[in-house]
Amino acid sequence: MLWYLVPSVIMFAAGVYGFCTRKNMIALLISLELMLNSADLNFVVFNRFLFPGSMEGMVFTLFAIAIAAAETAIAIAIIINIYRAVGNTDINSVKQMKF
Amino acid sequence: MFSNFLIWFVIVPVIMMAGLACCGNSNMKAIRTVMVVCSTVLLGMAIWLVCEFLDMRAAGDTSEMLFTGSWMWYEPLNIHLAVGVDGISVLMLLLSAIIVFAGTFASWKIDPLPKNFFLWFALLSTGVFGFFISIDMFTMFMFYEVALIPMYLLIGVWGTGRKEYSAMKLTLMLMGGSAFLMLGLLGIYWHSVPAGGVPTWNILEIAHNSAIAPSWQNLLFCFTFVGFGVLGAMFPFHTWSPDGHACAPTAVSMLHAGVLMKLGGYGCFRIAIYLLPSAAQELAWIFIILTGISIVYGAFSACVQTDLKYINAYSSVSHCGMVLFAILMLNRTAMTGGILQMLSHGLMTALFFALIGMIYGRTHTRDIRQMGGLMKIMPYLGVCYMIAGFASLGLPGMSGFVAEMTIFFGAFENGDMFHRVFVIAATCAIVITAVYILRVVGKLILGPVQDDHHLTLTDATWWERFSTATLIVCLAGIGFFPNWINETIQHSFTPIINALNMAI
Amino acid sequence: MGTTLPILILAIPFAMFLILGIGGVKMSRKLAGILGICANGTLAVLAYIVAFTYFFSGDAAFILDGVRQQVQIFDVTWLAFTERMVVNIGFLLDPICAMMLVVITTISFMVHLYSWGYMEHEPGFQRYYAFLSLFTFSMLGLVVATNIFQMYIFWELVGVSSYLLIGFFYKLPSAVAASKKAFIVTRFADLFMLIGILVLSYYVSHTPADGPLGGASAFNFLMLNSNPGNVLASTVGATFMGGSVLTWAMIFIFVGGMGKSAMMPLHIWLPDAMEGPTPVSALIHAATMVVAGVYLVARFFPVFCIVPDSLTFITVVGAITAFYAAVVACAQIDIKRILAFSTISQIAFMMVALGCAYNEPVEGVHYSGLGYMAGMFHLFTHAMFKALLFLGAGCLIHAVHSNNYTEMGGLRKYMPICHITFLIGCLAIAGIWPFSGFFSKDEMLAAMFSRHWFWGAWMTMVAGLTAFYMFRMYYMVFWWEENPKYRESGHKPHDAPWQMSLPLIILALVSCVAGFIPFGEFVTFNGEPYHIHIEPSVAATSLTVAVAAIALATVMYAKKNPLPSKIKNLWPGLWTAANRRFYWDEIYQFITHRFIFNIICRGIAWFDRHIIDGTMDAMATVTQWCSVRIKGMQSGSIQTYVIWYFIGAVLLAAVTWICIL
Repeated sequence: MLWYLVPSVIMFAAGVYGFCTRKNMIALLISLELMLNSADLNFVVFNRFLFPGSMEGMVFTLFAIAIAAAETAIAIAIIINIYRAVGNTDINSVKQMKF
Repeated sequence: MFSNFLIWFVIVPVIMMAGLACCGNSNMKAIRTVMVVCSTVLLGMAIWLVCEFLDMRAAGDTSEMLFTGSWMWYEPLNIHLAVGVDGISVLMLLLSAIIVFAGTFASWKIDPLPKNFFLWFALLSTGVFGFFISIDMFTMFMFYEVALIPMYLLIGVWGTGRKEYSAMKLTLMLMGGSAFLMLGLLGIYWHSVPAGGVPTWNILEIAHNSAIAPSWQNLLFCFTFVGFGVLGAMFPFHTWSPDGHACAPTAVSMLHAGVLMKLGGYGCFRIAIYLLPSAAQELAWIFIILTGISIVYGAFSACVQTDLKYINAYSSVSHCGMVLFAILMLNRTAMTGGILQMLSHGLMTALFFALIGMIYGRTHTRDIRQMGGLMKIMPYLGVCYMIAGFASLGLPGMSGFVAEMTIFFGAFENGDMFHRVFVIAATCAIVITAVYILRVVGKLILGPVQDDHHLTLTDATWWERFSTATLIVCLAGIGFFPNWINETIQHSFTPIINALNMAI
Repeated sequence: MGTTLPILILAIPFAMFLILGIGGVKMSRKLAGILGICANGTLAVLAYIVAFTYFFSGDAAFILDGVRQQVQIFDVTWLAFTERMVVNIGFLLDPICAMMLVVITTISFMVHLYSWGYMEHEPGFQRYYAFLSLFTFSMLGLVVATNIFQMYIFWELVGVSSYLLIGFFYKLPSAVAASKKAFIVTRFADLFMLIGILVLSYYVSHTPADGPLGGASAFNFLMLNSNPGNVLASTVGATFMGGSVLTWAMIFIFVGGMGKSAMMPLHIWLPDAMEGPTPVSALIHAATMVVAGVYLVARFFPVFCIVPDSLTFITVVGAITAFYAAVVACAQIDIKRILAFSTISQIAFMMVALGCAYNEPVEGVHYSGLGYMAGMFHLFTHAMFKALLFLGAGCLIHAVHSNNYTEMGGLRKYMPICHITFLIGCLAIAGIWPFSGFFSKDEMLAAMFSRHWFWGAWMTMVAGLTAFYMFRMYYMVFWWEENPKYRESGHKPHDAPWQMSLPLIILALVSCVAGFIPFGEFVTFNGEPYHIHIEPSVAATSLTVAVAAIALATVMYAKKNPLPSKIKNLWPGLWTAANRRFYWDEIYQFITHRFIFNIICRGIAWFDRHIIDGTMDAMATVTQWCSVRIKGMQSGSIQTYVIWYFIGAVLLAAVTWICIL
């Protein structure tokens, strides 16, 4: 099981690192997908090794993939809109929502 | 429910608000009609209630509260809408009705947004009337809050000077007091019955049960007394009062100083002392020191103020300190004096603020250094101001004298040195009051005219005359024939005195 | 006697106050004047009827076995503090009350009449009459009081009417300041009176209800005066600063009287009160209100007697004041001020007389209550001749338009009526036979000598000073040197119109004959008649002293000569100090303004704004500061949030980890 979980952790850490350091929103989105996929991987792995008799983990992963697709579509739409409004996709240029 | 007469004291202001809501935004005629009709109805109801109450008492009805009624409101917490009045609440209702009536006339030409002003004004009076008729602590507290909140808008929108600051300060300080109060009330609620019973909010039942352990009483007494004391402008929680009064519009100052501050004193004896008598016996000394300081401190502070409203605000601190001081003396005579002082101070301060508003409306200044000789320019207002001043410094024939003397003679009944010293200190306030009142009268009303522009100003209009004359007649009425009020109040203190005696 | 007349006596002036006060604005001057005068004339007649019925009807209610009784005509409850402390409003008729009714209504009527001429051209004429009525009402209420609290009520009311009348010329800052001063000083004294009443009534009301003090309200004069021993017994054991509580209470009550009667050191308001219209000074600050303190002592005499320390206190205060005021009067220039100080001195005379009286027979003293009778007698005669002098001074001021005698001189040719009546007044106050002052002063001095020779000698000296300064003023005004202005300007001073002269003549006649009234037959401390007889030695001494003083004044002031300025230059410091009234006003000014106003009041106001309010504001400021500090965490940058979130998640995980393991 460990051999499956270690890549998952590495993926998740890479996702977090990427999310925290990159400026481009598309890169952020990719990092987000990495984290999501690592979570999906965990679902599958735990289902397979701990509860071999049931299928909930698998179903949930499929469900999450579908949702992630929709989410990505929305995120891309937002990014395009921001690009139109601001002229770039730098995350630091949209800081108005504060205080 | 609607057959209970008292409930109408809340319904009429609500009808008043509905009527105002139907008026056009700047249709002054309609707005005034609604206000005058409803406030007259309220005044009539209050007078009728007093007569009826006295009749029922004369006919031998000795139950503690009359016109009682109780309707379940929220079962899980046993909250009722419970109403009932004794002699004190009846007089407080009358006072509120008089001041709402006079306040309506005093804000005849309010500007801007007259409709909204009167809407909030009506909401404020709903809260005030509701507070005085309630005998359920929760509804009482609710009406208390209803009365406080409109204050923020009334000062913040229609005020003068640093109005946002003052409105915020007033609201925050009073809300802080409410927080204490809520803690105290919840504590009383949870301990209101012996173990195993269903807790109740009803004041009469709690007093009847007298199940609160003395150790709890001490804690809860501090909470409730401080909570109400903030509204009663007790030292050192009084600083909302000068700023708040100075910035409030005329009618709001009248209602606030005249009635709202009385909510504090009323709550102090109705809840803090009545329900927690053993704590009152034990801890009164702390608050006697605080209120004793209030009396002298307010009076001294008023001596050097230059803004008319600040002078009266500090004078209110002194006089309201006298109210709480009297109530803390825990004997019938002094407490009666405290209630008389509430009535007297309510009428007198309302008159003062009305007059200051009228003078300010003409001269556009409240600085006494810039005015003078108003007697020559506006004799009616000048004479009224002097009468109000004499009432304030306790001239016989005015209500202030009756109240102060009752307080002093009652307070002196406590024979120990501690009480004596504070009573003597409090009596000194009558001299200091004379100093600051005469200082203002001498500078503002008498003397040579300071500003030649003022020579063209006009005297009071009919509605101003009407508003002030109403208050003066009431002041002199109490001053000349105090005994019926005195007896009514004394009688109403019997349950509280019994509770205090049993707690020793 | 029914209750109708007494009620009318109180109701008429009060009704006039309301009518003239509310309706006066719409009335013509003439109507207001006639209304006021007629009402007061009626009032005087009613008061005479009451007094004559009391003294002469022989009704058993009023005189029983030759002893005059104290009768409560009516006494209704006004306010009940407790069962034992009930404030009544009533009408107590006894010798001193009947005497005061006569004095007040007579002088009030004279002043009403006089003012018709004097105040004719002043704006606010109607208001003036309204205030006069208010004062008359309050003063009558004061003298008929059945209990100490009623007296206190009307005590305050006379204070306020005095305030209103002193400040009648409200556009003058000096009048406003004087009225304020008068009110505050007397209020300060009243504070002591209130404390005295508080203490007295507390102890009296805590005696057994069925005991001798249980019959009536604890404030009632009759009850207190008829059982002074029990009053003393009620406070037994209670002491305060080494004295019995009753002594303190009586001294405090007397301090109230000191304020109203302008005794040292509370005298400072009376000279300033002369800013008011002169007829007001005659009515309030010479004849009636200022003797309220004397009346109070007389009214409470049996209780004062039971605590001898309080009587000693009264005597000492009176003696010091009498001398002080007489010395100051010698160095004043303003004729109204001279009269004011002379009033202070004469009232102090009455105080000393009361302080020297006993209420029970004493060995070696032929009549123990002589001081009481004499004090009341002097109150009566003094009211008449001092009102006369003030009204005369009013005529002079009316004619010359100045208060200072330096603007006068040689007026005897121009104002004969004023001159003669003024002279009669001066002779009366100096104590020259056969004018009224001689008789009352003689009795007072006899009483003082019977107490102790020192008081007699001291007060004889004051009597001499009185004669001196009165004749100094008389000569400076009517003789000395004619003021050249009279000839230069076309405006010659002349006698006043009849409304003003008539009261002068009436009062002068009264001052001539009042001494022959057998006063002792009517007013004594215990109601038993006393036959006045002149004590030759005392009379001879006081007459000699008075004549010598007048002679000295004649030498110095009858004609213009350099003698006065020479004497003045002998001790210039003394003269200035006396002229500045020995700096009492400056001392008060320093205490009130520098200390109380500037340090205490300003200090407290500063404390309130900066410490108390500052604390409240500081709480708000600290809250705001905190929120400003932490608001940076909400930066708007998603990446920062993620980092915080991540750190939080890791920390939580760590905590969970540690807890589970």
